[in-house]
Amino acid sequence: MTQKSKAVKNFREAVQDIPDGATVGFGGFAMPGVPFNLIKALLEHGAKNLTLVANSTGGAQQPRMPDVGMLVENGQVKKVICAFTAATRPTDVIPFTKYYESGEVDAELVPQGTLAERMRAAGAGIPAFYTPTAVGTELAAGRETRVINGREYLLEYALPLDYAFIRATRADTFGNLQFHRSQRNFCPVMATAARIAIAEVDEDIVPAGSIDPDQVHTPGIFVHRVVKVPPPPDGLWPTRRQERRR
Amino acid sequence: MSGTAKGLNRQQMADRIALEFQDGWIVNLGVGIPTMCSNTDIGDRDIIYHSENGVIGYGPIAPPGEEDLNLVNAGGQNVTLKPGAAVVHHADSFGIIRGGHIDVTVMGAYEVARNGDFANWKIAGQKGGGIGGAMDLAACAKRVFIIMEQTTRSGAPRLVDQCALPVTARGVVKLVATNYGLFEPIGDVFRIREIAPGITLDEVHATVGCRLTVPDNLATVRLAV
Repeated sequence: MTQKSKAVKNFREAVQDIPDGATVGFGGFAMPGVPFNLIKALLEHGAKNLTLVANSTGGAQQPRMPDVGMLVENGQVKKVICAFTAATRPTDVIPFTKYYESGEVDAELVPQGTLAERMRAAGAGIPAFYTPTAVGTELAAGRETRVINGREYLLEYALPLDYAFIRATRADTFGNLQFHRSQRNFCPVMATAARIAIAEVDEDIVPAGSIDPDQVHTPGIFVHRVVKVPPPPDGLWPTRRQERRR
Repeated sequence: MSGTAKGLNRQQMADRIALEFQDGWIVNLGVGIPTMCSNTDIGDRDIIYHSENGVIGYGPIAPPGEEDLNLVNAGGQNVTLKPGAAVVHHADSFGIIRGGHIDVTVMGAYEVARNGDFANWKIAGQKGGGIGGAMDLAACAKRVFIIMEQTTRSGAPRLVDQCALPVTARGVVKLVATNYGLFEPIGDVFRIREIAPGITLDEVHATVGCRLTVPDNLATVRLAV
């Protein structure tokens, strides 16, 4: 194939067209797959009134790396769609919670599997779907449900993104991606749901054709920009987290 | 866990639940004490541990210095993979969950009611909360097992008539391990199946917020295969 390369030379350039008011999704579950470098670039870029989509907003663990919570603290965020507005453990405090509880930033709390499926649906042309998740809970109050084959299901709508920020291990110039282990998590579904998906990658970007087509995890048709993460200290990499005290 | 807690310790609660896993089960472990189930020796039973972030077939926590920083369990801890492991993305991982392929999910809770309702995502007075994958897992796994302390830090019961906190799912819990023993929510009451060493029945009765049935010849908690 002789497409133009999707490689972008730095993170600033990768995020420079993100307008105020955009909806941006962030891959990542704990450390793996979090696009630290793209988040840092978005902090510096300064786009405002953003709607952010992520599993969690981060900040519960040390050392703290660039996370969605920092974009909130930086005054760039209108709303967060996520599976946690508070930490799993009530004794942990995450920075986002106080912005949400004070009403400064809005949030939509979504069960994790529903969050993933809403983006999968957006990428796959499915406008809505029924799920048994959250039936009978506070989250289902006042919402449309339907009994199918004797079981009650809740209607959930697709969640399209303007941009997706993801992290992968390897990319070719066409944007085909491979992930290592649990780095994959939300990244492939977010790429399919986004108008523009931007991947930061661990390894040097290889020429199209270098990745065996059978071994591509996310096809390049879903990926629009790829940026190589430089070695530390210029680039940000997952770190060993400090064990919690109990 | 407070230093004054009685009965089973955290690993023992996890061990007791892990002994329930049957050969060939696909087991999902939630954050906190449940992740400790993957450390338990359950003999020659083949168990496939699934983590909501798409890891199928993981083993114990990685030894220091041997961590793969791109491989974590639901609690964000670096784990190891067993032969035969596979990794999928989040939508497929929750397809596994929603599709009913998980034999049991083990998670923590604030409260469990005698009819099998449970609450684990929102504390009293909180706006929002932390749902994670709990609602998907609770609604769709074949079984839900809970590991939690017998009481809150202030001594209030967690085994109750009905949940005061917003529920995660209704009527799904099959088994609860606490530091005081092993309990089954069976509708009108809880049944205690085993009691922890060093705990008396009076102490159990004093720490549950609902009626309890006690079998004749109540067994002590079993901790090894």
